[in-house]
Amino acid sequence: MSELPEVGVATGTASLAWLLFVLPALGAAVLLLAGRRANRWGHWLGVATVAAAFVVGLLIFFDTLALPPELRTRELSLFRWFGVGSLQVDFGLRLDPLSLTFVLLITGVGALIHLYSVGYMSHDPGRRRFFGQLNLFITAMLLLVLGNNFVMLYLGWEGVGLASYLLIGFYQDRPSAATAAKKAFLMNRVGDVGLAIAIFLIWANLGTLQYTEVFARVGELSGGVLLAITLMLLLGACGKSGQFPLQAWLPDAMEGPTPVSALIHAATMVTAGVYLIGRAHFLYDASVTGRLVVAVIGTITLLIGAIIGCAYDDIKKVLAYSTVSQIGYMFLAVGLGPAGYALGIFHLLTHGFFKAGLFLGAGSVMHAMNDDVDMRRFGGLARFMPITFATFGLGYLALIGFPFLSGYFSKDAIIEAAFAQDGWQGWVFGGAATLAAGLTAFYMTRLVLMTFFGERRWEKLTSADGHDYHPHESPATMTLPMIVLALGSVGAGAVLSAIGLSGWLAPSLGELTETGVAEDVGAIPHAVVPWLVVAFSALGVLIAWLTVGRHRVPVEKPAHVSLPVRAARRDLYANAINEALIARPGIWLTRALVYFDNRGVDGLVNGTAAALGGSSGRMRRLQTGFVRSYALSMLGGSVLVIGALLAVVYA
Amino acid sequence: MSTTYYLLLSALLFSIGAVGVLVRRNAIVVFMCVELMLNAVNLSLVTFARINGALDGQVMAFFVMVVAAAEVVVGLAIIMSIFRTRRTASIDDANLLKY
Repeated sequence: MSELPEVGVATGTASLAWLLFVLPALGAAVLLLAGRRANRWGHWLGVATVAAAFVVGLLIFFDTLALPPELRTRELSLFRWFGVGSLQVDFGLRLDPLSLTFVLLITGVGALIHLYSVGYMSHDPGRRRFFGQLNLFITAMLLLVLGNNFVMLYLGWEGVGLASYLLIGFYQDRPSAATAAKKAFLMNRVGDVGLAIAIFLIWANLGTLQYTEVFARVGELSGGVLLAITLMLLLGACGKSGQFPLQAWLPDAMEGPTPVSALIHAATMVTAGVYLIGRAHFLYDASVTGRLVVAVIGTITLLIGAIIGCAYDDIKKVLAYSTVSQIGYMFLAVGLGPAGYALGIFHLLTHGFFKAGLFLGAGSVMHAMNDDVDMRRFGGLARFMPITFATFGLGYLALIGFPFLSGYFSKDAIIEAAFAQDGWQGWVFGGAATLAAGLTAFYMTRLVLMTFFGERRWEKLTSADGHDYHPHESPATMTLPMIVLALGSVGAGAVLSAIGLSGWLAPSLGELTETGVAEDVGAIPHAVVPWLVVAFSALGVLIAWLTVGRHRVPVEKPAHVSLPVRAARRDLYANAINEALIARPGIWLTRALVYFDNRGVDGLVNGTAAALGGSSGRMRRLQTGFVRSYALSMLGGSVLVIGALLAVVYA
Repeated sequence: MSTTYYLLLSALLFSIGAVGVLVRRNAIVVFMCVELMLNAVNLSLVTFARINGALDGQVMAFFVMVVAAAEVVVGLAIIMSIFRTRRTASIDDANLLKY
């Protein structure tokens, strides 16, 4: 159990924190409302607002850094958002090491990707709308991480969901993009319901939604409620972060423009789940089962992502599944409890650098290859795009955990912590993570070999629209962000571990407890793990070289393949399972309900009306128009009445 | 003389009137049968007034007569106008007011 930090009031530079999200919000408003007038300069406004937000973030960061660690958690209450009865919600910001770390990641990587988009989207007629929605996304993401209560979190959570929907479906004329956007939105919604229920539960049991008060009163929750809250929060996190069983939307989200994939579906939005669990770690500290479930979900996901990544030929989808897998690592880390929260955030940061860099590299390749994504049509591109190749190569090495690049520090730390768990958990978590590290090395090596090395398969081909391929290096607005991110991929891990990221995060996440270092309780001795991981990764690279690098890569993908490859090509049947278990029964249920509504409910109402109408139609035939028949019925009625009276009197 | 005979006569007249209303087609005859029924009722009203030794029944009979007189005026006028337009006084032909 980590101690609650003291919460101070933000003053001085930190009281400018509202600028962080107001700047991009202004950018979004201007871009989306100004219309065609903003077409010429709008994209630069988008870049400028995010860059300015980054500068503000840096100022607040240094301001906070000057304080002693116990005073680094500060809050800034802007205004009372709404109050209903005893539910009072502040529009307040929480400035602590965790949120500031996220602010720097979001605005920093965000500004780089905005800059890249200026070049990438230069020929797109919808560029202004694109930048407006990108700014909207940054605003929502900043609200998500800066809020000081769960309602603010939810506001940002839904905001990023909306922005993600808009950006995935950016190419509105493509049915596949529209479908992917809808799928992402729906699957996110499943998670959002979980988050909402968790918030309701917290409110119902504690009567407050402020982080400070909720975390201070975790002890008042009964075990069952606490478990329910942690599991529902996890469901929310799974939806947003593309974790098992809600992982199927993330690869489809690659229908959006590549900068979106880099910003939203690699570096920032999908990490919101990790943030959520890190932010709510006081709840997870108190629930061992909740933590275990998180770790299990992470382990399953990191394996799924790595396995499927090996089979795809679509360069962006391979990277997408790689993202799924790497976020699985982060979930595994935060699921390990105090031993892992900071490691999860650490991996999140390094991953933010190298995965964003990889996606931008992939975008650069696509830019050069007429927007083609099929790696089987690439090959030998290293000579044509040296900068892209170099930056992509560095990102690749960082991802597979090449010693002393970023991934090596963050991923190995997670695997070590996983192995340090007691009993079966150490073996299962550590083993799965190590295996997935080998698989990661395999699919990434395969990707690099197929794209940058080997035969130039594109020379004999034309793209789908009939043009020849003329690969070329991208303009400077695109290469510059790639170079910066590549530098981050190389140095971030070493720098962050040297300056002590876990110590910086301690006020938010608690001290990092390194179990198993001294007493060697885990499954495998601590010193062996890095060697083991590097060995597995090297093995993965070697296998990729033997199977892909040494042979000719056929342009058509082989139809007759082994069962595992077939399964992986079909996303391990995730879509089929979703369809069979959820979609089809849902459709059947809908049809049954429609039938019941048409025949049952409507039948009852319409049937009553028809019965009355039909009988009146018959009854009115009694009105014959003959006076004498009326007279007869009057007489009969009178006789009946008199008879009845007599019967009553004499009975 | 027992009052019962008056009542029997009244019942007889009423029945004749009722049957006449039901079976005859000529509007004038039906009309006269209605009058017959009204007067049969008048007879029984007067008889009951006699039996009870009070004037209520007789007063009521006067009222009936007044109403009957008014009814004759209106009824004959209607029958006249029907006859003028249709050249017949059969009530079965005047059956337009129906479903």
